[in-house]
Amino acid sequence: MAKRKAMSKQTLVINPVTRIEGHGKVTIQLDEQGKVADARFHVTQIRGFEKLCEGRPFYEMPSLMARICGICPVSHLVASAKACDAILATRIPTTAVKLRTVLNLAQLVQSHALSFFHLSSPDFLLGMDSDPARRNIFGLAEAHPKMARDGVRLRQIGQQIIEKLAGKRIHPAWVVAGGVNEPLAVETRDQILAVLPEALQIATGALDWFKTVLDQFREEIRTFANFPTYFLGLVSPTGELEHYNGFFRVVDSRGNIVADKLDVLNYADIIGEACEPDSYLKSPYYKPRGYPEGIYRVGPLARLNIADRCGTPRADQEWAEFRELDRGAVLSSFYYHYARLIEIIYGIERMEQLLQAPDILSKHVRAFAGTNNPEGIGVTEAPRGTLIHHYKVDDNGLIVWANMIIATGHNNLALNRGVLQVAKHFINGTKIEEGMLNRVEAVVRAFDPCLSCSTHALGQMALQVQLLAPDGEVLDELRR
Amino acid sequence: MRPATTNVKTLKIDGRDLSGRQEETILEVARQNGIFIPRLCEMEGLTDVGACRMCLVEIKGQNRLLPACVTAVEEGMEVTTDSERLQNYRRMILELLFTERNHVCSVCVSNGHCEMQMLAQRLGITHVHFPYRYPKEEVDASHDRFVIDHNRCILCTRCVRVCDEIEGAHTWDITGRGIDAQVITDLNEPWGSSETCTGCGKCVHVCPTGALFEKGRSVAEMLKRRQFLPYLTMMREENE
Repeated sequence: MAKRKAMSKQTLVINPVTRIEGHGKVTIQLDEQGKVADARFHVTQIRGFEKLCEGRPFYEMPSLMARICGICPVSHLVASAKACDAILATRIPTTAVKLRTVLNLAQLVQSHALSFFHLSSPDFLLGMDSDPARRNIFGLAEAHPKMARDGVRLRQIGQQIIEKLAGKRIHPAWVVAGGVNEPLAVETRDQILAVLPEALQIATGALDWFKTVLDQFREEIRTFANFPTYFLGLVSPTGELEHYNGFFRVVDSRGNIVADKLDVLNYADIIGEACEPDSYLKSPYYKPRGYPEGIYRVGPLARLNIADRCGTPRADQEWAEFRELDRGAVLSSFYYHYARLIEIIYGIERMEQLLQAPDILSKHVRAFAGTNNPEGIGVTEAPRGTLIHHYKVDDNGLIVWANMIIATGHNNLALNRGVLQVAKHFINGTKIEEGMLNRVEAVVRAFDPCLSCSTHALGQMALQVQLLAPDGEVLDELRR
Repeated sequence: MRPATTNVKTLKIDGRDLSGRQEETILEVARQNGIFIPRLCEMEGLTDVGACRMCLVEIKGQNRLLPACVTAVEEGMEVTTDSERLQNYRRMILELLFTERNHVCSVCVSNGHCEMQMLAQRLGITHVHFPYRYPKEEVDASHDRFVIDHNRCILCTRCVRVCDEIEGAHTWDITGRGIDAQVITDLNEPWGSSETCTGCGKCVHVCPTGALFEKGRSVAEMLKRRQFLPYLTMMREENE
């Protein structure tokens, strides 16, 4: 470790954070005693999609906005199409709603599988302190081939459903303003229904296993962004888990509903956006409580905390068990992983229900209309949380203004506080080990942030840690 | 009506002995004989202007390259339609077209159905070797049914010709010169307020790229029907 000077403050930089989607870094400030004084998570990329879409016809928006991300293009596609539906001011065919919902759930399954199996499970199976060179999907494939195979297969199933429905896996153009541009063929439906049982088997197997190892992660559960916050997301009118339509519900850390049945059109009344000088990611907060007291979380953990039930048989059982983890809302962000697995099960079961609906093969899947409304808001639940697309158009339907609040953004305040909590618990400046830093990264990973999306880039996925003196001198450097 | 007797010329294209009527161009004779010559501005049923320069061919005995769409066949001509030199020129011309405006295939209404995109694939263009200009071009969506996106216009003037020669409205024309040239409707008014436009949509269907498209079309949804044009022309001629 570093030759220690007559020490004053030091800064630890983890740049970039690995096994996440996008490009971010963490800085940890140490005080004179080498204890953690502060820690921040910074998003270091900028995209500018809100600006570059100005002047484009709004019906190009779904495909244009899908380009924000290669992991969750479908989420943007669907949220954007909903905003465009609102500009058309028309009711889209019910079959189109169902088909978009299935597509959105297939996206949820593949994205959650990627987060759990590919990105995070190496920490669970190989250990937080294991050799970083092998602590990845390849190391996993050597040590636990079944787990790796299951993960790859489950993600493949999700991606294949997207491909079968929409024509291609990444950036399909199937979802359009007013519905979808092709009805579902009977063979396609049957092919999708045929692979769902295998997906369910993998997901339930993984959840059963994960529950058995939770005990090994007591310390992480206790410290991984485990603090009271609000939770926000969509629920169906009957309070069930919902990813496509529905109302906003907000619950507090004790699990009490503080706001319910809020129309998504009024999102600006409940969500404020603050800017921090050290990150390209804005910090949304729950407006009625102000900044930063209005810290809230979205995503799988939040969705399971706000819903009254899931609405599918196996997921409901798991949800009931999950909610027993805490007295009020489940607070530890380590449980995001747990929640993700339950949502995969829900997604598979719900897709099956929807695909068996009698009208799913209807040929009427698109409504046509012109620019009937100068403004449109589309809200969905993306894998990482609530996704909001908001556009304004001129009389000819050209975009004049766009605002997007991306799932990862909602979690920004909680992410920052979580990084500080983990750093304080695991890092002591007198001796820094790689495993400690991995835990700092792992708390970021628990949220499964998608930074490409959230800043509306590209990252060299290698870890670089610098130990800096207050005058900026590099005291020590570690590279993976 | 065509004259009863035609003067036939014999020539060689790519080593093949072929013949064509004297008023026919190299491109027409090549097409009749299944020989591919790339082009973007030429279109069966419209007059030829030789604007895009994609159809340049080599003619034995001449040092300069000639556009096949406006060069009439001649007795004893020996034409080469494909050589390394021609391929280099064609690729360069196409690359320059890509740099001139903002052609983003992935989010274009004509993705997968675009003549320029197909030609780029056929000519094996994987990279553009010139810096892009990224001009700020407008989208005119003022028309009820159609949109012009100048970002994707390559100034082939098919729209200008079809509107003038087939529809007879002459709504479209060109303003400016060189790099500043642009297609306009009427006297550079918004398309929606054009008094001459009949809304027939021929311009949209002859446009080789996604510059002209039907309103409401999403990415990759704009399929163009270009095969109608020769029939329209033929029927007009027969009625005359």
